[in-house]
Amino acid sequence: MCLAIPARIVELEQDVAVVDAMGNRYKTKTTLLPEARIGDLVLVHAGFAISLVDEEEAKQTWQLIAEIDQFDDTQNKLSG
Amino acid sequence: MLDRINKAQSDINAACEAIGRQINIMEVCGTHTVSIFRNGIRSILPKNLKLLSGPGCPVCVTDQGYIDVVLQLADRDDCIISTYGDMIRVPGKEGSLETKQAKANVKVVLSSEDALQLARDNPGRTVVFVAVGFETTTPATAVVVKEAAAEAVNNFCILSGHKLVVPAMRTLLSEKNDNINAFLCPGHVSAIIGYGAFAEIVEEFSRPCVVAGFEPVQIIEGLCEICRQLSAGKAELKSMYSAVVTEKGNIAAQKIIDECFEPVDGYWRGVGKIPQSTLKLKDKYGQFDAFERFGISEKPSEEIKGCRCGEVLCGLIEPPECGLFGRSCTPQEPIGPCMVSSEGACAAWFKYGRDK
Repeated sequence: MCLAIPARIVELEQDVAVVDAMGNRYKTKTTLLPEARIGDLVLVHAGFAISLVDEEEAKQTWQLIAEIDQFDDTQNKLSG
Repeated sequence: MLDRINKAQSDINAACEAIGRQINIMEVCGTHTVSIFRNGIRSILPKNLKLLSGPGCPVCVTDQGYIDVVLQLADRDDCIISTYGDMIRVPGKEGSLETKQAKANVKVVLSSEDALQLARDNPGRTVVFVAVGFETTTPATAVVVKEAAAEAVNNFCILSGHKLVVPAMRTLLSEKNDNINAFLCPGHVSAIIGYGAFAEIVEEFSRPCVVAGFEPVQIIEGLCEICRQLSAGKAELKSMYSAVVTEKGNIAAQKIIDECFEPVDGYWRGVGKIPQSTLKLKDKYGQFDAFERFGISEKPSEEIKGCRCGEVLCGLIEPPECGLFGRSCTPQEPIGPCMVSSEGACAAWFKYGRDK
């Protein structure tokens, strides 16, 4: 349940941001991370940015998520 | 990457051989549990190193008495229940939110902000937010409570079942299972509370506490650090997740939690009462406390016959040792909470671990 996805802040107005994660854009609040700025990579959990994250870590997580999606697709095809 | 994994694996083997006896490392995070199983990490570990899946999934440890209160409120026509999807299938005494969903007053939300928006959009009904989760999730609830207070969204309230990880680790060691030799500490809880929060466990109980990220290599390197410490007879606090976790954590998030909540004794499914482990809204936000608003309280839950989730959560048995596991209790028809949540030890074991 504590899953958090890395995303880049592409728009920011007060504490309401639009973030980009693997090409998907969605609204996120930065209330808990007041130091966040446009261009920063953040970890998003339940609609809130909870911490900054570096480029390398974010890329590794995105890659892992893509692999898991692929793996689960394969599993579903095999079982279904 | 493979080099790092090979190096860590060989160091783990050397350390465990040097230690000789059986060692037990507990992870206290459902996301770690899933990653460990999905990536087959158990299969590359030496025989005398055992991984235990602790009470790291907030859904699994939410007491049945709490679910019963949620279900009771879901029966009211003047209420809308808003919940994270994780909670929808958790069984109470009679049924789950899923069974109430047909009534259309149960709404799944992705964020606490969506729950507050439901209240703004439905001024004639009371929106109850099912506020569960560890420290990672709690600040998001605190933010919307403050927003509701500032905007006077008086038809919004929360049913706080938020829990704290460190008091549970303390109770496990002091009352339930002395055989836990070290903890692999949760990454995203630590992003909020800081890895320094585990210092008390290291100091008082002399157990290594190592924070790790969620990628396979990060978990294996975290385990390697623990094995090195144990073989050297040390117990230290360390974070291997420096890209995200600092010693002091997210101060802004901690402040907002402290402003809204205070710790009280609370019930954990399968574990029982844990002192100062559950968060209750402070008096100044009392009007947003669903327990107070409806004058209800959690009743002690009845044990499910034959279910051994409590022993699984404390690391005393492995899921297949439970007589219900894989027979009458499966992810499709779960009986115990550890099978309901995909992050539960039983569900992960059922999906990925049965061959081992």
